[in-house]
Amino acid sequence: MTVILPRKDVVIVGLGWTGSILAHELTEEGLDVVAIERGPWRDTATDFNIGYAQDELRYAIRRDLFLQPVVEAMTMRNNTTQTALPMREYGSFLPGNGVGGAGVHWNGHTWRFWDTDFQISDHLNQRYGGDRVQELQLQNWGVSASELETYYDKFEYLAGISGKAGNIKGQIQPGGNPFEDPRSRDYPLPPMQMTYAPTLFAEVTKSLGLHPFPTPAANMSKDYINPLGIAMGQCTMCGFCERFGCANYSKSSAQTTILPVLMKKKNFEVRTDSEVLRVELDASKKNARGVTYVDTSGQEYFQPADMVLLCAYGLHNVRLMLLSGIGQPYDPNTGEGTVGRNYCYQTNAGAQVFFDDKNFNPFVAAGALGQTVDDYNGDAFDHGGLDFVGGAGINCIPTNGRPIQTRPTPPGTPRWGKDWKQATVNAYKSTLSFSSQGSSYPTRGNYLDLDPQYNDRFGRPLLRVTFDFPDNDIRMSNWVSDRMEDIAKTFGGKQYVNTRRKKGWDSVPYQSTHNTGGAIMGADPKTSAVNKYLQSWDVSNLFVIGASAFAHNAGKNPTGTVGALAYHTADAIRQQYLRNPGQPLVSA
Amino acid sequence: MKTLLLPLTLSALSLSGSLALAQAPDQADEIIRGRYQAVLTDCAACHTAPGGKPLSGGLPLHTPFGDLVPPNITPDKETGIGDWTKEEFRSALKEGVGHGGKRLYPAMPYPAYTKMSDMDVDNLWSYIRTVEPVHNAVEANQLPFPFNIRTAMLGWNMLNFTPGDFKPDPGKSEQWNRGAYIVQGAGHCGTCHTPKNLTGADKDGVALQGASLQGWYAPNITSNSHIGIGAWSDDEIVQYLKTGQNSHSIASGPMREAVQESTSMMTDGDLKAIAVYLKSVDGGPDDKPKAVAADDAHMKAGALIYHDTCSACHGLEGKGASQLFPALAGSPLVQQPSAETLTHLVLYGSQGATTPAARTTPAMPSLGWRLNDQQVADVLTYIRNSWGNAAAAVAPADVKDKR
Repeated sequence: MTVILPRKDVVIVGLGWTGSILAHELTEEGLDVVAIERGPWRDTATDFNIGYAQDELRYAIRRDLFLQPVVEAMTMRNNTTQTALPMREYGSFLPGNGVGGAGVHWNGHTWRFWDTDFQISDHLNQRYGGDRVQELQLQNWGVSASELETYYDKFEYLAGISGKAGNIKGQIQPGGNPFEDPRSRDYPLPPMQMTYAPTLFAEVTKSLGLHPFPTPAANMSKDYINPLGIAMGQCTMCGFCERFGCANYSKSSAQTTILPVLMKKKNFEVRTDSEVLRVELDASKKNARGVTYVDTSGQEYFQPADMVLLCAYGLHNVRLMLLSGIGQPYDPNTGEGTVGRNYCYQTNAGAQVFFDDKNFNPFVAAGALGQTVDDYNGDAFDHGGLDFVGGAGINCIPTNGRPIQTRPTPPGTPRWGKDWKQATVNAYKSTLSFSSQGSSYPTRGNYLDLDPQYNDRFGRPLLRVTFDFPDNDIRMSNWVSDRMEDIAKTFGGKQYVNTRRKKGWDSVPYQSTHNTGGAIMGADPKTSAVNKYLQSWDVSNLFVIGASAFAHNAGKNPTGTVGALAYHTADAIRQQYLRNPGQPLVSA
Repeated sequence: MKTLLLPLTLSALSLSGSLALAQAPDQADEIIRGRYQAVLTDCAACHTAPGGKPLSGGLPLHTPFGDLVPPNITPDKETGIGDWTKEEFRSALKEGVGHGGKRLYPAMPYPAYTKMSDMDVDNLWSYIRTVEPVHNAVEANQLPFPFNIRTAMLGWNMLNFTPGDFKPDPGKSEQWNRGAYIVQGAGHCGTCHTPKNLTGADKDGVALQGASLQGWYAPNITSNSHIGIGAWSDDEIVQYLKTGQNSHSIASGPMREAVQESTSMMTDGDLKAIAVYLKSVDGGPDDKPKAVAADDAHMKAGALIYHDTCSACHGLEGKGASQLFPALAGSPLVQQPSAETLTHLVLYGSQGATTPAARTTPAMPSLGWRLNDQQVADVLTYIRNSWGNAAAAVAPADVKDKR
């Protein structure tokens, strides 16, 4: 028997970054909001206790904070000729779980995408002609960087980002990223104090004529009090960010920036350990009635609501749409349909330089403490004589020197025994790593749908990920790897290793939890699932918020753009939607 | 109404000091005034259970004599105080004798409320009449024999209770008198902060000099410059009471509730008056004891634990961070004669106060699972005797008692 609950104004699926932002904004509007979160309640002192928060075995190896496949697995294949098989363990990417979502255990790199990203199809067609992008399914996002500027700004001030502006109102700022679009003001906090490796990286790249700048970080360079009045502490550079909750209130997350205010509101409630099974539609299929969810005892509930906001991880947003019959599923054979379309990832490669005489103290680190060069990112450079589009940020961000996983050894080192031990001792302190984080552009064959064979514990089909690195992206990554080789040589170490990206996406080794697309935004309902305000084209009282809305992925971490889009959506709901509820904000 | 109130207001002016109310009597009806009295008296702290309906009964108070449960004081006729009269209410607050001549236990702070003016009590009554009646039967008296005999309070009162209104000191300022009136009366600060004698009554001559209750140590809040708040400016005291934090401390434990439910809603004028008064209260000798030497074995052990476990937040110099991590250096709370509060914080953790002006709600994690009694004692000895702090060493047995 499904228990029918009293109606709410808004039901939010998932209480991570976007769910918390939307909940805060809409409760400010006086709406009665409930968030339904699949995972547990989590808070700093009680769950990221300073006494055990830095347990590498528990959190990094056994992945205590992440979604476990027993709760929800996915199937994967590289192309439509293959049969997808379930990932028995998450590897290539690690979705979050619980209050705060992946925002709990991120590193904190907080980027803005560029206007050339938002207008990518028009821009690249105009600059290089249609032939160049023929193999790709590039689409404009339906927004511009200038429209999103105020929302990026809002997120960066909420989260207390440490950084150096490169372009304030068109004025290029020395020491910042000269390739970024104009921003209205500098970051709320100055850059973090640099450690040795990124300092050296900046010197070397500068000597090559590149433009290094401090990576914008959600790790606090100073004590900070955000616009909601919530205080955060200066980062201690303990080197336990990615895969860990922060014990020191030093890394921005829903817990450290929003929840202390949100949780005290009388018109907000969160129900944890409760998994939404589907969005319920009315007979017209144009209106959501609410959501059905199940708690840990197996009891089902129907939560009626005037608005439904999907704020789960992007992949889960897409799956919930498919499970609920919202929108037309994407068909890779015809290129038609919207839900599941333009799934993208991240095209990464790495380099290591081994020295004899340097001590980088890699344990003094923070998740986003480093330097980046964007000279080869996006369309910052002329692709005229090249055989690809897109690019990569090159980052020297030594996020940690944790004892189990930080074991660099130079080529030729035995895999075990006395010599391996000696080599790890030598190389631990004296190895510098940097990496390229490359764009991922959509193709017709990379997409998300429901698996025809494998189900979850409730009998619902798993999400099927069909993905391989497009040839364009491989060419791009290799070209950037050549540039990284130039940089590696200039360091003058005794040896370097350049690890290149190859075709054949493998779901086992960790690569990136930057899964984007599947419910993309755009101006055309035929090729996008949501409009520029992330409102479903098909179900007007449903908004789908997250990286699922990205029409492609840039060579940058997604969270800054996810935050900006969340504020953009919240503003549209507050300023426009609520005046005329249930109506499309953009007419098709 | 206005004509009736005016003389009352004037006669009580030196006590209430509510100039804004006196100047605008047309707005200041009894209920609004009474609601403010409920803020000062903080009825909700005891009479509202967490998550419960306002004033419908609270959580048991664990006194040294046994448990007392704060009763339902909503206007419900059967289970609340709906069939009380104004006179009975006044008698309960000011004389400790309630409806039907029933004697109250002094866990209900009538020894403090007796100093309230009749007008303030009557206004409070008017306000309480407007609270939603809740049917919730509470058996207040859960004391063991012989303490469960209420008439015993007759004897207690003879020994310990001096009924009567607050007597202003004409030699002091109006502000000082207002502060004294609140602290001694409605605010009943001494209920927690004044040491008690064997019968549970306030000890004479040591008012507000710190006392143990419910597993916490309510610190010295007098002019004592070492362990009191004598070194705090008036503004810092006001900030603490209004927001729950200042650069020296963050309210936690029972004071968290007192701030959230009471002091944060007091007027700035009243908070300033409280500060002025508290800083005039004699706080006993404020000469600093000799600090435990840094090369003491327990200090050295404590330093290592501090650097390992505490310094990431509280800082290597014990300076903390604004609105987030309380400073330990120079903190009176850290240097109280009793380390009970510190022990509680380390063993069990605690969440700080949240107010509209300080919304972070930071929390100290529990470390009792990680540190043994000796380690807790050592690290507390270290923080009590570093960065200029000086206080008695903490013994492992003191920690063991708190587990």
